[in-house]
Amino acid sequence: MQASKRRPYDRVVLTAPVTIPYVRFSVESAQWWVGRALKGLVDAAGIKASDIDGLCVSSFTLGTDTAIALTQHFGLCVRWLEHIPLGGASAVAALRHAARAVEAGDADIVACVAGDTNHVDSFRRTLEHFSRFSQDAAYPYGAGGANANFALIAQNYMRTYGVTREDLGKIAVSQRTNALRNPHALMKAPLTLEQYIGARPISDPIHLFDCVMPCAGAEAFLVMREDTAKSLGIASARLLGTIERHNAFANDPVQVRGGWAMDIGELYAMAGVKPDDIDVLETYDDYPFIVMMQFEDLGFCKKGEGAEFVRSHDLTIDGDFPQNTSGGQLSVGQAGAGGAYLGMVEALRQVLGTAGPTQVKNARVALASGFGMINYDRGLSSGAAIIAGASS
Amino acid sequence: MTEPLIRPKRKDPLKRSRQPTLPPAWRSRTAHVLTRVAAEGRFAMQFCPACEIYCYPSREACPQCLTADLIVKDAPRDGVILSETTVRVPSDVYFRERAPWRIGLVHLTCGPVLVSHLHGDCKEGNAVRMSFQIDKAGQAVAFARPKAETPFMSDDKQWREMTADPKFRRVLITNGRTPVGQEIAQALKAAGASILFVGIAEPWKPFPGEDALRGIEGIDIVPLDVSDEKSVFDLAADIGGKVDILINTSEHIRAGGLFDRTGTTTSHVEIGQVYMGLVHLAQAFGPAMRSRGADGTNSAAAWVNILSAYALTNWPKFGQYSAVQAACLSLSQCLRAELRPGGVRVMNVFSGPLDVEWFQTLPPPKVAPRALAASVVRGLKEGLEDVFVGEVAEDIRKRFAANPKALERELGE
Repeated sequence: MQASKRRPYDRVVLTAPVTIPYVRFSVESAQWWVGRALKGLVDAAGIKASDIDGLCVSSFTLGTDTAIALTQHFGLCVRWLEHIPLGGASAVAALRHAARAVEAGDADIVACVAGDTNHVDSFRRTLEHFSRFSQDAAYPYGAGGANANFALIAQNYMRTYGVTREDLGKIAVSQRTNALRNPHALMKAPLTLEQYIGARPISDPIHLFDCVMPCAGAEAFLVMREDTAKSLGIASARLLGTIERHNAFANDPVQVRGGWAMDIGELYAMAGVKPDDIDVLETYDDYPFIVMMQFEDLGFCKKGEGAEFVRSHDLTIDGDFPQNTSGGQLSVGQAGAGGAYLGMVEALRQVLGTAGPTQVKNARVALASGFGMINYDRGLSSGAAIIAGASS
Repeated sequence: MTEPLIRPKRKDPLKRSRQPTLPPAWRSRTAHVLTRVAAEGRFAMQFCPACEIYCYPSREACPQCLTADLIVKDAPRDGVILSETTVRVPSDVYFRERAPWRIGLVHLTCGPVLVSHLHGDCKEGNAVRMSFQIDKAGQAVAFARPKAETPFMSDDKQWREMTADPKFRRVLITNGRTPVGQEIAQALKAAGASILFVGIAEPWKPFPGEDALRGIEGIDIVPLDVSDEKSVFDLAADIGGKVDILINTSEHIRAGGLFDRTGTTTSHVEIGQVYMGLVHLAQAFGPAMRSRGADGTNSAAAWVNILSAYALTNWPKFGQYSAVQAACLSLSQCLRAELRPGGVRVMNVFSGPLDVEWFQTLPPPKVAPRALAASVVRGLKEGLEDVFVGEVAEDIRKRFAANPKALERELGE
């Protein structure tokens, strides 16, 4: 059967990027963090909470609550509701689902929110009960969690494509350089390549500065039609194209590519742009080698050329290939499912020209990607979205 | 190269014993198909007969045709390590205490990719021999070993967590009067056990094989009558803190079902000797063993019951004997659950009729006590939970798995 082509979006926009600054540990609940993000959306858009008629939530730490419980908790009466448990792919999926909802008139203003708390020991418990396959067949092997699973993928990737720790270090160091300009980043100290290389090993070849720091925080944005944004008088960015893919390339014995590689041609065709047109890239950076994998799978270079691409580009805000301009999860922190939104929210700020100290000059078109859910031996979910500022 | 184990020094009694911790133990119900195969030392996985593919991790439907009719099928043990990592900062206490810990992705020649524990002598790119082992939590885990034997292979630190290897461990054999007890003593000594405590009831009574038994180096004959609660607790008070492997060889074999026995005297004796013997031993030695499950090289490691295969299904010619064996099998499951928090395993060795005087009238095949002893050692070294010894036991195992009712009728003929 021939798969249908994804239809381009009809004047769907994103607005109101919201970040609730992260903290390493929080005594507050995930519900508290989601509540702060909703308040941030309302304030940023100058609307009332009752104007929100669609809600999409992602979180690992809501306990027994899903999105429906939050409607009553926050007094929202919505006509469109979604709960997306896709970890690092949640933001792209949320955006895709919300976009079609507003396009079809199922909702006018959809609040997309991700937030997690981080209590002492909540990270370990999330690992222990992450998924059935993980509990049955991965976590009991050394209990290294995502670090160990990704170490196995990284080890094979680095060997297969001749990637050195220096290459990956350049990604981490560049992101730290960017983070130093982001007042919300949890990592405040500069990082040198020597420090990166000399860091203590966590699960070979993953070392300390390859890992994100789990923390509490929340991120959010609104999705609506362009005319709704205009009538509210708020700046918005147009959604040009998106892709989403799950459990791709199941026959690759070890993961060397994400699902992007299946759909990337369609992403650019739908958006009507080429990789060269992307002014800012926000990748999902749970590990630097996953960032490199995205450079390849998102079409910026060929498979196996990621290391060379990194060597020949400057990934900082003022460089020729600005990437993870906020510092990414590696330097800002990973607020659970909020980590999926970090890049999307930063991309939105970039094309709106409101990124402040991390602003890339003349950023017009941005690509934000997501990656998530290491259910057993590989990340299952991938997605990407291209957005453009109003001037386009 | 595996670093050979160093003989542990005598423990400083003032030192704190490390408390046992366990690896993550949660499993789905379906994942226990692997517990079953690991218990017997088989290597088998779910298999879709229609698509002819093995499925791993365990699941509820074939990922190709979606049938729910997956079978469990033995699989070739060959694989190649695609990728490995050394976990240095685990998030769980058990592994944190044992880090660094090596795992890998093993691509089986029959298809699936397994996250697996790695033996220290196999590296990325190596061809390996796979098994499912029972870990300290009592759960099945994949383990990759070198294809060929390497020096001191069984001393590997990760492998030793999966086994109850007798090397440098102190063993209590509860009854040394029988050929079985004596052969097990010899076999355990040969397997590297450091001290052999061998129980003898009424030690002033001589018994065949006594000289050879007393001649074993490192043997310590101890007074023990398992049917006598006081005798068992007295011995536990003396040596309970240094029994790493307990092998329950207590036996009382008498023919007869219900109608061909007069009175209940024999019944009381066999229950007292065998079932109550197990109760006494478990209550006296179990708690101390459970608390010493992580006590260094010679930690408490295993409890072994020598059972009859007729524990699975009653053989009316030895009907009451079978019933007592069944009671012990049931109690062994209780014991296994109660020892599990200590990471101490319970291994049941199911034997067909032994080549001993009490089975004199039975035709062959019968199990030589030496073969039984070899199976005990093999089971300990491989970390098994259920061991079947000899053709009769293997026959009963297969028939029981296929159709317990058929087995019941046929044993009653």
